Amino acid sequence: MMSGRAIATSRRLLKNRLFLYGCLAGTSIAILVLCVLMISIAIEGWSSVSWHFLDSFASRKPAQAGIKAPLMGSVWVCVICALVAIPMGIGTAIYLEEFAKHSRIKRLIQLNISNLSGVPSIVYGILALAAFVRFFGISSSDDHWSIGDSESFFYLHFPFGPSVLAGGLTLALVILPIMIIASQEAFRSVPQSLRQGALALGSTQWQVIWRVSLPAALPTIMTGAILAMSRAIGEAAPLLVIGGFLLVFHTPTNLMSDFTVLPLQIFNWAGRPQGEFHKLAAAAILVQLVVLLVFNSAAIILRHKLQKPLQS
Amino acid sequence: MTPHHSHALTATLALAIAALSFAATTSTQDASKLTGAIRVDGSSTVYPITEAVAEEFSKVATKVSVTVGISGTGGGFKRFCAGETAISAASRPISSSEVELAAKNKIEFIEVPVAYDALSIVVHPKNDWVKTITLAQLKAIFNAGGAKTWKEIDPTWPDRPMKLFSPGTDSGTFDYFKEAVLGKDGKMRSDISVSEDDNTLVLGVSGDRDAIGFFGLAYFEENKDKLRAVPVVDAKGSAIPASAGTVNDGSYPLSRPLFIYVNAKNAAQPEVAAFVDFYLANCNALVSEVGYVALPSELFAKSAGNWKARRLGTQFVKDGKKVDGSFSTLYQ
Repeated sequence: MMSGRAIATSRRLLKNRLFLYGCLAGTSIAILVLCVLMISIAIEGWSSVSWHFLDSFASRKPAQAGIKAPLMGSVWVCVICALVAIPMGIGTAIYLEEFAKHSRIKRLIQLNISNLSGVPSIVYGILALAAFVRFFGISSSDDHWSIGDSESFFYLHFPFGPSVLAGGLTLALVILPIMIIASQEAFRSVPQSLRQGALALGSTQWQVIWRVSLPAALPTIMTGAILAMSRAIGEAAPLLVIGGFLLVFHTPTNLMSDFTVLPLQIFNWAGRPQGEFHKLAAAAILVQLVVLLVFNSAAIILRHKLQKPLQS
Repeated sequence: MTPHHSHALTATLALAIAALSFAATTSTQDASKLTGAIRVDGSSTVYPITEAVAEEFSKVATKVSVTVGISGTGGGFKRFCAGETAISAASRPISSSEVELAAKNKIEFIEVPVAYDALSIVVHPKNDWVKTITLAQLKAIFNAGGAKTWKEIDPTWPDRPMKLFSPGTDSGTFDYFKEAVLGKDGKMRSDISVSEDDNTLVLGVSGDRDAIGFFGLAYFEENKDKLRAVPVVDAKGSAIPASAGTVNDGSYPLSRPLFIYVNAKNAAQPEVAAFVDFYLANCNALVSEVGYVALPSELFAKSAGNWKARRLGTQFVKDGKKVDGSFSTLYQ
């Protein structure tokens, strides 16, 4: 009788240990793969990273080639994307979590957002090509109207064509569902008692959201934003569809400038027959990782700043 | 096509210098004052030429923004016919449906042939059994699960295993071979020595009596002493040797012309005009640099004349129907 129980206990402990080892193995495989990837890219690309590499345009000669245009293109597109997608995502989440009543329509919207987050990004590219680049073909190429001319910084023309604005909006479409879902989770995690307390003191719904829910949810929202932007900066497919170019010899000067982005440049170089270009591709990947890190640390610092008032 | 740093053929160089001096006296003179944007898209085969031209042009016309995409010939025409790009690069003539689309969108264009893309099938100089080769035989050799020995292709050939050589799968040469020999759904066999470096291919084929491979014709011309190019049998059954001559008269089966198409409305813009002038002035020298065959001088003059006169439309489509005949006869 005793021995049977001891066997059962040791079996339970064994199961426990096996589970731990399984989890450890999973984690280490993930980290190992990442390390191998990073190290091999760093080894291949490190020698090519230089100021010249950052400050020159593309070239058919590997020694002269640089990533000025795609680097600036990526920054422009991602900033536009962030300015559009983050407020829009938070706004949608506020509506769904704070205002919308439980109804079939809300459930329908919710279901659609969840589905959209799983749609391949290239599909958004096709949508954006019709919507932003061509305005569904409403205005033909002859009579598009514009504000300012190509020299002015506020230059706008309709339809947008394959411009940085169209690129930023395309990426905003791609990350909007992720942004909404992350923000919703953030609002859901704010304790209901905080809202009720504020409402009991006579706050309007606007005051509750602006002073209570939003500040409490913001740190989590920022985490969602980091994940979403990390996805945006790495996207190549939708930008290729809307007509992002591969070879560009200037940096964007206004919202209507043609552009290319780092993933497109990497795609172009990695597909070249010559080995020197593969090194450049690795170097561009390194730069892209640094850009991503800068974006994310900015968000983390911001999150830190925003977190403080609530803690006191 | 695998680019390599080759020396331009003397003839093309002379032509290029002549053309360059012509261009220098006309529009590239004050190129640095030009502004605006030029959008080029289309074939990835033409891309190496356009890339080189765009790079050199950007050094001269610093204020003009040139952007080049590679959506493929068909994808490029889609954008071109919607008026989104000023220039479309193509590895085949514009099709009748694309001409129709352009007409529907009121897009007029100028057709400018710029170079030839040609493949040479090469063997060891001591290979005395492969006198000529048909496209079907090439397919039997290079197709997935293809023949292992020469004898399987032709009973009179030796019973020894073949050694196959091919340029890298990313190169335009590889794509073109696959398309022309294996067909759209064809799959290249995997037991081939593949190299991105054409020199390695030359060394490989010239070092083994049982080797067979292919690469750009321009590169064979430079290594004539080490290799033998096998004449390719055309549709009528006559064997055509690979040379600039047979490519030019359109008889060599493994060659195709490359084009750029310029939107006529954009051609009126000084920066676009300067770019195309620059393209024509420099393309012959750059064409050899990237491994293509330059157009023969008469044809090139015709092409440049087409552009200079801003002759609208294509020679390949008439009244909505595809015109039969080879490129060179249509352009004579």
